[in-house]
Amino acid sequence: MSQRRKLTKWLVVLVFLHCIVAGAGFFAPYDPVEQDRERPYLPPMRVHLMDAQNHLHLRPFFYSLRLRTGSFDQYEEDTATIVPLKFFEHGVVYHLLGFAPAHLHLFGASGARIYLLGSDAYGRDQLSRILYGGQVSLLAGLLGAGITLFLGALVGMAAGYYGGWRDELLMRVAELFLALPWLYLLFALRAFLPLAVSPLEAFLLVVVVIGMVGWARPARLVRGVVLSVKERDFVRAARGFGASDIYLLRRHILPETASVLLTQAAILVPQFVLAEMTLSFLGLGVPEPMSSWGSLLASLQQYSVLVSYWWMYLPALAIVPFFLGYLGLASALQHRTSLYKIEEQGGWNLS
Amino acid sequence: MRIKRQSRWRGRFAMSLFLACASTVVLPTKTFPRPQQTNAKEELLTLPGEIGHSGGRLVISLRSEPKTLNPLTAADTPSREVIGAMQVDLVHINRATQLTEPALAKSWKISADGLQYTLTLRQGLRFSDGHPLDAEDVLFTFRVYLDENVHATQRDQLIVGGKPITVRMVDAQTLVFQFAKPDGVEERLFDGLAILPRHLLEKPYQEGKLGQLWTTSTPPNEWAGLGPFRLKEYVAGQKLVLERNPYYWKTDTKGNRLPYLDELVFLFVPSADAQVLRFQSGETDIITRLSAENFSVLSHQQRNYTMADAGPGLEYNFLFFNLNDLGEKSSADLTRKRKWFRDVKFRQAISTAVDRDAIVRLVYQGRGAALWGPVTPGNRRWLNNSIPHPARSLDNARALLKQAGFSWPSVSNGELTLVDSDGKPVEFSILTSSSNADRTKMATLIQDDLKQLGMHVQVVPLEFRSLIDRVTQTKEYDACLLGLASFDADPTADLNVWLSSGGTHLWSPSQAHPATTWEAEIDRLMEQQLSTPGYAQRKKLYDRVQEILAENQPMIFLASPDILVGAKNSIGNIHPAVLEPYVLWNVEQLYFRTGAESANR
Repeated sequence: MSQRRKLTKWLVVLVFLHCIVAGAGFFAPYDPVEQDRERPYLPPMRVHLMDAQNHLHLRPFFYSLRLRTGSFDQYEEDTATIVPLKFFEHGVVYHLLGFAPAHLHLFGASGARIYLLGSDAYGRDQLSRILYGGQVSLLAGLLGAGITLFLGALVGMAAGYYGGWRDELLMRVAELFLALPWLYLLFALRAFLPLAVSPLEAFLLVVVVIGMVGWARPARLVRGVVLSVKERDFVRAARGFGASDIYLLRRHILPETASVLLTQAAILVPQFVLAEMTLSFLGLGVPEPMSSWGSLLASLQQYSVLVSYWWMYLPALAIVPFFLGYLGLASALQHRTSLYKIEEQGGWNLS
Repeated sequence: MRIKRQSRWRGRFAMSLFLACASTVVLPTKTFPRPQQTNAKEELLTLPGEIGHSGGRLVISLRSEPKTLNPLTAADTPSREVIGAMQVDLVHINRATQLTEPALAKSWKISADGLQYTLTLRQGLRFSDGHPLDAEDVLFTFRVYLDENVHATQRDQLIVGGKPITVRMVDAQTLVFQFAKPDGVEERLFDGLAILPRHLLEKPYQEGKLGQLWTTSTPPNEWAGLGPFRLKEYVAGQKLVLERNPYYWKTDTKGNRLPYLDELVFLFVPSADAQVLRFQSGETDIITRLSAENFSVLSHQQRNYTMADAGPGLEYNFLFFNLNDLGEKSSADLTRKRKWFRDVKFRQAISTAVDRDAIVRLVYQGRGAALWGPVTPGNRRWLNNSIPHPARSLDNARALLKQAGFSWPSVSNGELTLVDSDGKPVEFSILTSSSNADRTKMATLIQDDLKQLGMHVQVVPLEFRSLIDRVTQTKEYDACLLGLASFDADPTADLNVWLSSGGTHLWSPSQAHPATTWEAEIDRLMEQQLSTPGYAQRKKLYDRVQEILAENQPMIFLASPDILVGAKNSIGNIHPAVLEPYVLWNVEQLYFRTGAESANR
């Protein structure tokens, strides 16, 4: 039973994390593309409870930061002005889940901008960019995994069920796909497309490419399962009663592959999020001014950013809880699968 | 004074000891006669400046390997930089004062009609292999430059008024250059024209092999020059080592023969960041062409080196639109967009909306200058100060767009959209070079500026070569953000950019006939300044060119970065200039303050 509890625990964690990213508009205090040209590379602001005169404030507050004169990126706290942190503030309009307009934000401040995680080269709020960037990266990962699993299940079932030359052909094609240098493929693909692709086109392109290249592995796994399942008694019996191929695949074989597919999904999503980040890091993802976790990290390619502004590394930390959640889920799923197997097969196949 | 001299001698001793140890391992023994300090027959040039002491090895990094050591074929910056330390010209432009100075020619005279230049050579000079220099070498050099079969890069600038100049020898020291038309550049023409050794090159020239000669792998004894350094060793992919030319013809005010340094080493370090790391670790002594970000990183951690900001250089960055006339070839989409781009008011509106101060502050960290014309504040002699510097104003930009027939229809989902007179939304893309982070940053700032006018702009970083291909060959682009850096302050250096027939006339290159009246006028003015002698007259003509450019905005000038360099504290006579090669222009005068320190490495 503890396995089931583990599964629920990881699922809750993941749902929570995804809700934060899906509701980026609410959790982010600002528009992620809005530039504040007076505050480039502003370090994360510190939350205070005690002011300079050692008075305790019940409401957390910030001191606004001002540029040290004659400097480009050195800031100092202006202890004369206290900016109180306010929760459930009205601010910039956003569209929750892409359609519902709203302007309520989790926190904010009137009169000054708050940078909890600092700002980038254009003075854009890093926290807002990480949250909105997560939408791009996670959606790419989820959609990519969806496409991959769909293709993988389709090809795997066809190859395993029909066998013969069809099996040979499909598996050789799968091997070809495994051997493809997909990064170069994407470079080449990009060269054929018109120069300026809109953010949506760029995003779809990334998703399709990620989804297209990954189907070979799940296809082989599914084929293996199908090969063993189609010889089982209940399948033979159903066939004996005159069930059609489609009926057999849908009703008896597909459900047997579900555990493999689910585990694969939990492994593939973080893998594809990483793939999207790699592409964006190399400048092949969504174009500026939109952000994704990969493009946020791209500025670290410059030595000066690497050594001067530590808060530019933070997008790399954002992926850690997500990966942990997905991999925890994958291992819990795998345990559950093997438990079922033990129950079914009487416990002797414990490999 | 006495103490100083003593320490200098001790330094020299220590240095020669170090070299002696080294020579047993690496140096092949040379049999060249080492000339005396001075020779009565030699007419040497005395340079003012700090008195240094001899010895030492200066290491500097180059972004890429020089493609050649042949001045006839060198076109890339690394080659030019290396050749600059190995070859010299008849008349030289001082990179600090931007004025001409005698070099191999000790004096020159220009006839009243501006058609005849009489140059007098220094006597008793020798090439780096000990062979004497005479007027025959100069005659040979210009014959080679002007020979069509050689395809020398210098040939174009020696065609004045449609005819090649002719050179005639009066006596062993005197040469007469005859021009078909007066040349506005005057004696600046001779800057950068390296004088070649006839005794080494005549045979290959007659065999037609001159173009393939003097690659980086040429053995040092097949190479000779008149510059402060001569070829010593080349290690492919790693470094190029030059050694002191013992026959160099300049001295300091105390009569010591220059250069001070024994060796000049160019390390090939492919990326800017790697160059910074090498400099930080002390592997290289000088760093140039620094970005503002790296400059501030180095400034924060300053230890045994000094960083210097020489002020705005000659590089100007600009945004330009595709104004080419492609006729039927072009797509309907581009034809529609070109209607906007060709409208002066549209270009003016964009220029008015661009926040140049933000570009200077955010891209160059304040180490640069905003531009309203192609001549940067670093080019004091040719800058037209009367060109207006209108402040950024979105309201003015909107008014200009309204006059040009653009409008802002109903606001949909909170986003303002500008539409043209046919009701089509204004959307275009800006190409930038993906290898240049600064320009991509500028484009991203402009993208945000124009969003406030309701224009939807996309920034497309592209690999540099395919970007140039699109701009000059296929002409499939909307707008492009580029930078140009002329190697000389004189307007003639940019002739190819402003003439409508020029290959670098970026917004519409290589036109058969000027497409607009203002382009025709620029053509006329540029041709006129070419053959007008006298700075004042030429300045007036070039001022007018700058005015026309500012009015018509074929290029929307943005900003010019400062020349940022760094050098170890131990190096003396460092005077960074805004002209290339920034620091190495007086390489013969650079020296290490204490000999011991450089020997330690």
